Amino acid sequence: MGFLIGEFEQSISLVKNIFLFIRRFFVFICFIILQIVCIVLLSNSSKTHQSFFAAAANEVTGKIDARYAGIRDYFNLKKINRQLADENARLHNMLLANYQTSDTTRKIMIDTLVKDSLNRFRKFTFLPAHVVGNTVSSQTNYLQLERGSNQGVKKGMSVIAPQGAVGVVVEVSDNFCKVMSLLHRNSRVSSIIKKNNSSGDVEWDGSDPRYLLMRKVSKSAQVNVGDTVLTSTYSSNFPPYIQVGTVTEAKLDPATSFYLLKVKTSVDFFSLQYVYIVENARYEEQTTLANKKDTKNSE
Amino acid sequence: MSSLLKNMIRFILFILLQVYVLDMVPPLHQFVVPYLYFLFILWLPFNINRLLLLVIAFIFGFTLDAFKGTYGLHAAPCLLIAYLRPFLLNLLIPQETTEQSYIEPSIRSMGWAPYSLYIVLLTFIHHFYLMLIELLQFGNFLHFLAKVAISTAVSILLIFITEMLFFRKGKYRTNAA
Repeated sequence: MGFLIGEFEQSISLVKNIFLFIRRFFVFICFIILQIVCIVLLSNSSKTHQSFFAAAANEVTGKIDARYAGIRDYFNLKKINRQLADENARLHNMLLANYQTSDTTRKIMIDTLVKDSLNRFRKFTFLPAHVVGNTVSSQTNYLQLERGSNQGVKKGMSVIAPQGAVGVVVEVSDNFCKVMSLLHRNSRVSSIIKKNNSSGDVEWDGSDPRYLLMRKVSKSAQVNVGDTVLTSTYSSNFPPYIQVGTVTEAKLDPATSFYLLKVKTSVDFFSLQYVYIVENARYEEQTTLANKKDTKNSE
Repeated sequence: MSSLLKNMIRFILFILLQVYVLDMVPPLHQFVVPYLYFLFILWLPFNINRLLLLVIAFIFGFTLDAFKGTYGLHAAPCLLIAYLRPFLLNLLIPQETTEQSYIEPSIRSMGWAPYSLYIVLLTFIHHFYLMLIELLQFGNFLHFLAKVAISTAVSILLIFITEMLFFRKGKYRTNAA
């Protein structure tokens, strides 16, 4: 009996010690728990771009950002007007690039796609959007646009400015969307050199917001300083032949058989105000086919 | 004005200042990131509960993160400096006299030297931790060291300009407050 009581008292004192421990280090434990919450949130959000409250927070901060952008816009009206005029002139030349020629061997009527009289269907549609938030100073830069799922914006759509490519939509709420700009450590755009159509990937190393990096351009291609870099036809979100930038430095990477090109962005990321969200009518079809496993080999 | 109301106004002002003024400044150099928002935490009253301090710092950092779209990136360093603040204050100020008679840390209440040390240490810790998290995501070590050093210097400069522009009268604590 005495043995049992002794055991009981021992376990009571153990519980008591645990409680004393928790009470003594309560603030420290709270600190650690909150830190862990932060780190988990951070690692999740940078990987998948979706956290459970991101859409709701996006809506609130977007409203405040829109107020601020309303004031800021007045200071750049002149510049914006000039950009729009420039763009209109250039669009006349670009119209053909937005259409695909029809397949004449077999006819499939697709009602949802707009066709013109030559039977070419529209692949890319452009939706103007107002920039209400923009960062350039961090390693992971995003833009916020005042267009959302109510206006037909979906994840994966590309965003271009009058002067060139800007980024890709990664998060959509009802009236706002978040865009991963080219100035993001995870962004990658399939591009070509205009002169000889040699393809490569445009990325950002996180150091200088005025310059991007282009990798995977073959050493056999002739690249000079001043060459124009355009988006390629391989990209499923960007329309082809949109300007990305111009080459300012061409280095041969000694470790691989590729060039390492420094590309000056054609878009001025510091003063973006109006951009276009580009919808690819065949985006889903294209990406599902690309992600499909090769059934013949897997068996 | 009550301390609570004053700090609520400061909360909003510091967030707006950081998001709409300091982040909009075109980068002078790739290393220079002007941060001032965490001064809110350094200016909180002496006698605040340690747990409450942590919670306030978390909410504050998280609000900034909501604007910037990087959830947790600023909340984590805010938490760290909020946790270290009481220890540092205990070391730096004479217990009986100052803490009893003044409401919040300032040049007047702590004296030039201890207040500067308090600001410099916590600013450095904040920047070091913030940029360490950035480094862990995508590393470049030399870039990291230079960025911490230069950003800390810029922040300290900004803080002392703020101190000169908005001279806070070292208020005595009264029974009414």
